[in-house]
Amino acid sequence: MLFPAPTCKESRRVVVTGVGIITAYGTGWEANAEGFRWGRSAFRPVTIFGTTRQRVKTAAEVEFTNPFPQTRLTSREVSRFERAGRLLFYAADEALRQSAWHSSPGTPVILGTTSGGMASGEEFYRAAIQSPPILRKQATRVTHYLSQRQAMNLCAAYDLTGPINIIANACAAGANAVGHGFEMVRSGRTERALVGGYDALSQLVFAGFDSLQALSPTTCRPFDVNRDGLALGEGAAVLALETLSSAQERGAQILGEVAGYGASTDCHHLTQPHPQGEAALKSMRLACDSAGVKPEQVTYVNDHGTGTPMNDSSEAAAINTLAGDCVSQIHVSSTKAGIGHLLGAAGAVESVVCLMALKEQWLPPMMTTLHPDPAVKFALVQKPAKAKELSRPFEFALSNSFGFGGANASLLFRRWS
Amino acid sequence: MSRIFISGYGAVSPAGWGLPAMRDAIAKGSLPQARALCRPGTEKPLDVRQVPSPNPRPAFLSHPRLRRASSISQYALGAALEACATSPGALDQKCLGVIVCIFSGCVHYSRPFYDETLKDPSTASPLLFPETVFNSPASHISAYLGSTAINYTLIGDSGTFLQALALAAAWLDEKKVTDCLVVGTEEVDWLTPEATRLFDRTIIPSEGAGAIVLSTTPTQVELKQITDEFLYSAEGKATALTRMKEALGPFDQRALLLDSTSGSKGIFQEEDHLWSSWPNRRVSPKQILGEGLMAGAAWECVLAADELKNSEAAEAIVSVAGFHQHAIGARFAKVF
Repeated sequence: MLFPAPTCKESRRVVVTGVGIITAYGTGWEANAEGFRWGRSAFRPVTIFGTTRQRVKTAAEVEFTNPFPQTRLTSREVSRFERAGRLLFYAADEALRQSAWHSSPGTPVILGTTSGGMASGEEFYRAAIQSPPILRKQATRVTHYLSQRQAMNLCAAYDLTGPINIIANACAAGANAVGHGFEMVRSGRTERALVGGYDALSQLVFAGFDSLQALSPTTCRPFDVNRDGLALGEGAAVLALETLSSAQERGAQILGEVAGYGASTDCHHLTQPHPQGEAALKSMRLACDSAGVKPEQVTYVNDHGTGTPMNDSSEAAAINTLAGDCVSQIHVSSTKAGIGHLLGAAGAVESVVCLMALKEQWLPPMMTTLHPDPAVKFALVQKPAKAKELSRPFEFALSNSFGFGGANASLLFRRWS
Repeated sequence: MSRIFISGYGAVSPAGWGLPAMRDAIAKGSLPQARALCRPGTEKPLDVRQVPSPNPRPAFLSHPRLRRASSISQYALGAALEACATSPGALDQKCLGVIVCIFSGCVHYSRPFYDETLKDPSTASPLLFPETVFNSPASHISAYLGSTAINYTLIGDSGTFLQALALAAAWLDEKKVTDCLVVGTEEVDWLTPEATRLFDRTIIPSEGAGAIVLSTTPTQVELKQITDEFLYSAEGKATALTRMKEALGPFDQRALLLDSTSGSKGIFQEEDHLWSSWPNRRVSPKQILGEGLMAGAAWECVLAADELKNSEAAEAIVSVAGFHQHAIGARFAKVF
């Protein structure tokens, strides 16, 4: 029953026992860890739609090199998948295999996305405006456009019964999905949750960001004084969350702990953050408070860091305020410099980056930032770094995701050792 | 878990702006004729039920955030403000949670924006794009009300509105928010009937919004139960509906039923059959207001709360059978 829902009086610790990831770096933990660790650039000319009339012609596009996961779905059903659904399945399959959840009745599936099956929606529209309109396959296109379709396919493929929650909080959606699942497990509403985010490149969204002149015509350089915009990417990440006691009872491998979550709303403007990052500060503080962790205990922040002039100055102000006197000891980078902005997938993918960094004890660099903005008072990670080179232990990583409409979310991860 | 009450509700529908217009339309059982929307490429128009222009024009539509906003945001805020107006404290504090639920989203702006993109992406309007984003209505609501608290936009089949009520209850229980506004909203464009008629040609899509404010402060109407989400993909639609009904029962002898049918055939056949032997009063708002998708589920809940507050019914059952995802039910009760 969704309401009244079971709850427990004491908060439960929530750990990650499975992770799946696909980005322009590749499919799976190893390929991505290698890319993030060295800050490789994965941008290339867009091939999945025309960009001749766009200002910008590159993005971090995924190459599907691995075979599609084998599931209960038939090859005919899989053939109807659009790009976003395929990305989601690669990530979910890896996470579910790693978690070894053999049976999970009632496990919530919580996903963040900004555009779901937008490519199918675009196809539907192009067919509908033909004269005469093309009707063949239109029913398939319209159902696969709907964001819930990808989650329903996931449930059918892996015998999951839901409930399904699709959070569409723009670029914070993936982080909200992870945070929402964390809160459900922590409060006792569920023992487990499959959470994540996914988004594929689509013509409409690409043209939208280009129309706003938000895309960088040069290189995405978060926190660089010469930054001139963001770069788009695509991908998916899925995390298997469960209580610590459940994971320990079944001897599961623990990849890290979700320690805190905070969400807030920036009312300043639909597309621009508050200049001093008030809501960003609020979400970071809420994440730390919910974990019982002081900001000075945070060693690394995987920031939202889009590379747009306004986001980065606002976020820098917020991090400076959050850290106070300890600001120089906080290390900050944006992995969007390498794989672009993954929109609804960003928060989930960057959660996995934090888990990788904590587990393997390195900091992901952003190699394109050469001339830091003077507003930055924290330590930017501009080259590959090992945690043992730091002056203090690397136990906590904070991940920020801030979206259109002022949707702000922060997640705090703890190293599992 | 804390007891959860409905402290305010509001609606915008093809009957007009505000709950009284919707209440009257349901009581009379009829609405004016559906409007025929032109569709490029064919001479055959597509029927929809649209929200009439407000008269007089509400002041909130002059707010900088709302002036250029898509209709879906205007409907959402219209319903939200009516709900908040009857909810003590909801308008006065900065800790109002907001959850907006959407099925098809901001089509008024996304269709022309994509059309412009296809013609020449270099001239696609930057004014349109931000309003195409799913969470723009939720953002406008929080900005207008000045709440920096948590704000979610949920996407899904129409029962997602009931899931949002459960989420709001959890936020209240965890004291994450002091009140929580839940809105279901839609707008129609020719693309909407173009899509729905692929599945059932009798459907007349409609638009509008329904809003409910939940609080832990006792009022006359209490949220008693929201069932699990029963996925059609797991065991088929008929079984999912039966399990939803079983989860809701047993029923009070005087219980009012609100269902999500907008006909008795096609995709509504299973739900209509499920409740065919219902012994008490049964209201099917979408049969009068049209297929409002997420707004339709919100209208059911708004009418349930209104009936409990203003009639002798002691209990109201809400049945939501989504298009293709799930069946979910809810139970509300009068507080004596």
